Amino acid sequence: MSKYVIRQVLILIPVLLGISLVLFTILAMAPGDPFEELATNPNVPPEVRANLRAKFGLDDPIAVRYLRWFVSMMKGDWGFSFVSRVDVDTLILQRLPTSLFILGSALVLGVIIALPIGTMSALRPYSLFDQIATTFAFIGFSLPTFFTGLVFILVFSIWLDWLPFIYRADISATGWRWYWEQLRQSIMPIAVLGLFQGATLTRFMRSAVLDVIRLDYVNTARAKGLSEKTTVVKHVVRNALIPVVTLLALQVPGIFGGAIITEQIFRVPGIGSLLINSILANDTPVVMAVTFVYSALVVLSNLVADILYGWLDPRISYR
Amino acid sequence: MATVALPLRDAQPRTSLWREATRRFVKHRLAMVGLVLLATMAVAVVAGPLVYRVPIDAIDFKAKLKAPSWAHPMGTDDLGQDVLARMLYGGRISLAVGIISMLIAITLGVLIGAIAGQLGGSADHVLMRITDLFLSLPGLPLLLLIVYLFRDSLRKFLGPELGVFILIVAVIGGLRWMTVARLVRAQFLSLREKEFVEAARGLGARPVRQVWRHILPNAMGPVIVAATIDVAAAIIAESSLSFLGLGFPPDIPSWGRILFDAKDNLDFAPHWALFPGAAIFLTVLSINYMGDGLRDALDPRKVLGGK
Repeated sequence: MSKYVIRQVLILIPVLLGISLVLFTILAMAPGDPFEELATNPNVPPEVRANLRAKFGLDDPIAVRYLRWFVSMMKGDWGFSFVSRVDVDTLILQRLPTSLFILGSALVLGVIIALPIGTMSALRPYSLFDQIATTFAFIGFSLPTFFTGLVFILVFSIWLDWLPFIYRADISATGWRWYWEQLRQSIMPIAVLGLFQGATLTRFMRSAVLDVIRLDYVNTARAKGLSEKTTVVKHVVRNALIPVVTLLALQVPGIFGGAIITEQIFRVPGIGSLLINSILANDTPVVMAVTFVYSALVVLSNLVADILYGWLDPRISYR
Repeated sequence: MATVALPLRDAQPRTSLWREATRRFVKHRLAMVGLVLLATMAVAVVAGPLVYRVPIDAIDFKAKLKAPSWAHPMGTDDLGQDVLARMLYGGRISLAVGIISMLIAITLGVLIGAIAGQLGGSADHVLMRITDLFLSLPGLPLLLLIVYLFRDSLRKFLGPELGVFILIVAVIGGLRWMTVARLVRAQFLSLREKEFVEAARGLGARPVRQVWRHILPNAMGPVIVAATIDVAAAIIAESSLSFLGLGFPPDIPSWGRILFDAKDNLDFAPHWALFPGAAIFLTVLSINYMGDGLRDALDPRKVLGGK
């Protein structure tokens, strides 16, 4: 198993290199020049501009620029935010925990919804329960997060006035009160993301269980007198999870997309809203760094998926 | 293939296969509901502005943020502009973005998948690594990054409307071809070894003809399903961009853009946000149901076995 994990980690290196190459190419192809403003400013003599360009290495060959950029990205030296006047890595580290908290809780919520409902649907296909569950799952994954978010705000904040619709990082209360406020403000963003995830996962889970349940080893498990519960939990669900984990890993980039939108709707101070605000403020170093962080998160979650995969299906890790 | 069992004389392989698929699709109740709903919306946005002749940018501050009424069936926005007129116009944009992005994605995907599947060897290896790489790119952040870096210069070259439109469809299409490429490659790998392709090869058909006449038509089933779903995904991607304020400018009110403008007025003008949101939802739902129906209809196992 540890050999398998090491191999999966090593596979990451070319992937990360490839992604960074794509990002750098986009940046290098982009028109515009950080010193464009200086060019139009008559008070800045051309020699000063040329010196600045040389100092920041803008005239070096592209391969050298890429290498330098990649090394500094890896070292966590992500530059300086033009707008906030702080180092980009401080800015991101401040906001990353909030994003991960919302994303993680949403994923847990999605799994809690999807595993039992998907499994139960597949155990009694075309029953009333299955039909209701399938319909809701279909509606759920057709509902874009930006619309669910707005409807939630409309219903729970404006009409019923139960929940706050602005997420605040600086709740003034302490002790239990703090947890209570934190819970109240997190419910809607987590629910919006989690329900969407739950709907998608329910569909995956249902079809995976349907595939597994016909297999011989399930019959064997039943025939040797295992209880229905043991059969389902240990033999059906565990094996059905293998394709689900793969599909979930493929969904990860999409999940981050939904998270950015959710953060923006509820003004959650995470890296998603940081990305949007930096784009609106033309803060290129932050935009690049956040995109890089998202890429790294995608790659990392693929690693987690691969490791889970090896755990769920031990045959894979011995290959 | 379904036609193998039929007597050769009156075998019209393609028509009967497609007719069978159509029959199965029509029997899928929800897919038909989706089709009717989508067709209604398509007719509404294409023909609607010709019938409902209210301009999309007639500003009337006396009638701002009004709830739906006879004068304004979907109410008005904060400038007193008619929401229904903007919805009809925006629907054209949203649907056009969805369809054109899908065409770009499918073309790229089929091309890359076909090359990888047909050539095999190192070309296949390289193309599939590139596909994997694209699959692990973060979609929306990258979309935002590209729009951010390129929109100003494209706007300068092609004008605000066309520039943004081309940028958005190109980027959405360019980031969504991977699933199709994988599907097509897998189809090619299995079809290449089938008897009817071998027969064509044996009869001296050139590789291009083998691919074009024999392999590709038989690989299209899953591609059509993926294409349908892609339209929905592209509409959501465009709406997300516009909803974040980074898609179309306010004078091109795509559905996502209307939502973006409406979201800060939820408390006193909920209708303004609910109509475009519901339109996006219904479109995506209809398309997804149609995709489901097509999947059942085009599944070769089902066509062969009957129900």
